Amino acid sequence: MLTEQERAEIEVHAACYLHRRAAGPEALKVVQAHRGWVSDEALADVAEALGVTATELESLATAYTMIFRRPVGRHVILLCDSVSCWVMGYERLVEHLRSRWGVALGETTADERLTLLPAACLGACDRAPALMIDGVLYGDLTVEKLDRILEGLK
Amino acid sequence: MAKIYIENIPYEVADGQNLLQACLTLGFDLPYFCWHPAMHAVGACRQCAVKQFKDEADTKGRIVMSCMTLAEEGIRISIDDPEARAFRAGVIELLMTNHPHDCPVCDEGGECHLQDMTVMTGHAYRRYRFTKRTHRSQNLGPFVQHEMNRCIACYRCVRFYQDAAGGRDLDVFQWHNHVYFGRANDGPLENELSGNLVEICPTGVFTDKTFKRHYARPWDLQTAPSVCGHCSLGCNTIPGERGGRLRRIRTRFHGEVNGYFLCDRGRFGYEFVNSARRVRWARVKQKEVPAAEAVAHVAALAGGGRVIGIGSPRASLESNFALRALVGAECFYSGLAAKEQALAALVLEILREGPARAASLHEAACADAVLLLGEDVTQTAPLLAASLRQAVLTQPIEIATKLNIHRFHDAAVREALQKEKGPFFVATADATKLDDIATTVFREAPEEVARLGFAIARGVQGDAPPVVDLPPERRQAAGLIAETLRNAQRPLVVAGVAGGSAEVIQAAANVAWALCAAGVPAKLLLVLPECNSLGAALLGGGDLEAAAQAVRSGAAETVIVLENDLTRRAGTETVEAILSAPHVVVLDAIENATTARAEVVLPAATFAETNGTLVNNEGRAQRFFQVFEPEGEVRGSWRWLGEIEQKLKIKNEKLKIDSDGEEKRSSVPQQSWGLQRQEEAERFDEVVAAMVRAMPELAGVVEAAPGAGFRVAGEKIPRQAQRQSGRTAVPGEASAEERSVPADADTALAFSMEGYAGIPPAALVARYRRPGWNSNQAINKYQQEVGGPPRGGDAGKRLFDAAGLREKPYFSTAPAAFVRRAGELWVTAAWHVFGSEELSVLSPGVAELSPEPYLGLSPEDAAALGAKDGDLVELRIAGGPAHRLRARVRPALVAGVATLPAGLGELAAMELPAWGKAVTIGRTEGGAA
Repeated sequence: MLTEQERAEIEVHAACYLHRRAAGPEALKVVQAHRGWVSDEALADVAEALGVTATELESLATAYTMIFRRPVGRHVILLCDSVSCWVMGYERLVEHLRSRWGVALGETTADERLTLLPAACLGACDRAPALMIDGVLYGDLTVEKLDRILEGLK
Repeated sequence: MAKIYIENIPYEVADGQNLLQACLTLGFDLPYFCWHPAMHAVGACRQCAVKQFKDEADTKGRIVMSCMTLAEEGIRISIDDPEARAFRAGVIELLMTNHPHDCPVCDEGGECHLQDMTVMTGHAYRRYRFTKRTHRSQNLGPFVQHEMNRCIACYRCVRFYQDAAGGRDLDVFQWHNHVYFGRANDGPLENELSGNLVEICPTGVFTDKTFKRHYARPWDLQTAPSVCGHCSLGCNTIPGERGGRLRRIRTRFHGEVNGYFLCDRGRFGYEFVNSARRVRWARVKQKEVPAAEAVAHVAALAGGGRVIGIGSPRASLESNFALRALVGAECFYSGLAAKEQALAALVLEILREGPARAASLHEAACADAVLLLGEDVTQTAPLLAASLRQAVLTQPIEIATKLNIHRFHDAAVREALQKEKGPFFVATADATKLDDIATTVFREAPEEVARLGFAIARGVQGDAPPVVDLPPERRQAAGLIAETLRNAQRPLVVAGVAGGSAEVIQAAANVAWALCAAGVPAKLLLVLPECNSLGAALLGGGDLEAAAQAVRSGAAETVIVLENDLTRRAGTETVEAILSAPHVVVLDAIENATTARAEVVLPAATFAETNGTLVNNEGRAQRFFQVFEPEGEVRGSWRWLGEIEQKLKIKNEKLKIDSDGEEKRSSVPQQSWGLQRQEEAERFDEVVAAMVRAMPELAGVVEAAPGAGFRVAGEKIPRQAQRQSGRTAVPGEASAEERSVPADADTALAFSMEGYAGIPPAALVARYRRPGWNSNQAINKYQQEVGGPPRGGDAGKRLFDAAGLREKPYFSTAPAAFVRRAGELWVTAAWHVFGSEELSVLSPGVAELSPEPYLGLSPEDAAALGAKDGDLVELRIAGGPAHRLRARVRPALVAGVATLPAGLGELAAMELPAWGKAVTIGRTEGGAA
């Protein structure tokens, strides 16, 4: 069941488009903002709210890597793996996240604190290597700097 | 025409095509995956690359996708260019990196477009040495098997399923290497045309699940051209048999009827042929007897006089005629209940005598404005729904044309059109699956649907009969529809007999005729219930009530019933009267409630075991041919009846001689097939000839397909592929002998792999296969122009055709307004694509998707009855027996109207619409009728 709040937010987006189906990605983002991810049940509810089938909405949902169809941790780390970041030490960060923080690419820690995902580009080549946590961009990363950032997260 | 240059040689090609289609029409073998002649081009697979050159001096050229490039005047291309060749080989190598190479265990193997294209491009050795990505496949229900790992991501499946079929539960997920085609969850595909995925998919992602259960290699199947017997559209099919069992049904291309497609009932409803309920041996008084004995028994009965014959709309013209010839025209009954017969006769009258031409499915797809009155065509004639989905794009295509987008650019055209739809007006009592494309939907009781139709006719032409007491807003709506139809160039009116309303059909005819009178060449498409309903109407004869009367009065002592389960057709009183005749002879393929009551049962052949002609809903006579020799003493009904007549004749002649000229009383008519020798009487063409002599209107039946004497280069057309294997091994369990090849004196086809291997006339095409083309994509080679009619023209022959000049007076009386009765429901029949048809429901998959009997109620009526969805209700119609059914609340159903599923069990014989009373029993478990 969608909450009243979610439903209202979805309607705001739906009103912006000629066809309700077009609001699919935004509606999924609404649910994700409230719940962290989009479950099968939530997907079916959003589909019903938009007058599309679950299959049609799933097609949209799976086309966008930032729509999470599996549970994620409380904090989602998007680690940039494009050329600049790779040259500037991306692999070191991956290894450190694995050994020190116990999370590999595509994984979530057992305490559901962190999820680590690769990102194709964060638009921050000048500050490589870079990553984004919960929408906040961090650049010029070193292992020490990364530890400080992560220690600050609940 | 445009002149194009391929390898510097000029060719003339039709305008407006893409290069791929032009090259294929010219006979070049150019590989492709995503393009399909019925679905046009999207340029997804990059397989059909060719080199294009600026001019004669250009030696460098550039690679283009032939499917995305217009074959325009002066264009110069090369197919053989080494770079283009290397490009195509590279593309297929990439497509194949994740393909499992599991051809030996793949059902598609041997008729796989991917295999053909791989061979065509010369990609013979695999260089990819890494792990292949794998997918979990889904359970898509009883019809379609899913194996996603074989996918090459051409997107044909979703394009067909969504764009052509209107399905919304198959889509594409994920990106790049992970692209996945399926449903959000496991579960049966919801669209009635889902089985076409089997033929649309160029490889083995979607295969026939019913075929899988009794699989045989495609080249080992014995096949023959056939016609579907599960609705009135007459789609062309190719059934395949091996080892005495029918294994599957595939599409036979027909430019005017079904094109490249079939519906799921037609494709998967064949398994009744293999049913354990088949009648295999002749039976007299519950005892199996040799055929000759049974024939003698029936001949003796018939010779005793007072014999009547009851025909069938699901039997061929020839079988019906053979019965008519045996008993005499005046003793022949159509096999239809009074109401059904009146409706069929009405449709025949309208199509034969009215000015509006009966539309083929292709013509329906070309319509630019459609009015649909009363009929839920998705359920009664599923492939028509696909045609109407095409038709609503006819007008919007102009948008793309104005933008200089060619029709073949499918994605661009759809982008330009967005959700634009042409005029399509739907008036039915309950929701239909076509509502999503309708301009306007009218939810009305059948009488009001008819009144709307009459009002539209009046709006088109002032001298059409008026409708009294029509609300002003409805009159206005009718006026708007009338104007839209009048302004169209190819308007179409669709209706059908499923609703049981003559007025709705009359209204549809009036609209079409008014348009014709106004100078607009409107077409009519009227859906009938069965494969030979129109043929039965053409043959005429009294209805079942009249037959019952003949028995009651003692005029009939022997009743011969042809392929007709009477208990499904008429009320108990009528059926009991007929079956209480002293002698009942039944010819049928399946044991049913009628065969159970018969003194004599003769095992009749199904469509796959004999030859015959069916007349579809547009009046097109089409021939189906015997696919295989069945087990047991199964024969075509026409053959049984012919033998009986011969026996009778010999006996009569003997009687005449014996009685020394004394007159012997016999109701057996003197008319006969005019034949001298018994063996001749059994020839199929002779039955056709005799029929045409007796009924000149059926003359076209002769032309429906070439006769038995037809040969190409002195040879017959083989039913078996040249690669057929293990002919002696198939019956190996029972016999080590090499069986002789059954002779076929009735047709130009042979039960053999030997014969003419080229392309025969369309009516005799038993398979699609050309060198290098083993999949159904070989259809290209069987067409004059790729995507166009078959070489030599489409199969079948229309028996009558509106010239557009005739005048026929309008049906003069619009029905009175629908008035609800307090405490009563106007119970109408709701047809179900799976379940309503008698024979297809014997296929396990179809049975699985068939609904349980129910009573459909509008929310208002459900509330009044205090019934919730799933509650037990008791329905009583006009003093008939009470039926306990589950209530189904139908949100869109008009208040005052209720629906009963057509053709299900004991509900089949109910004459609807009728007034009924319902009471709610409650939520008690069990006991549902």
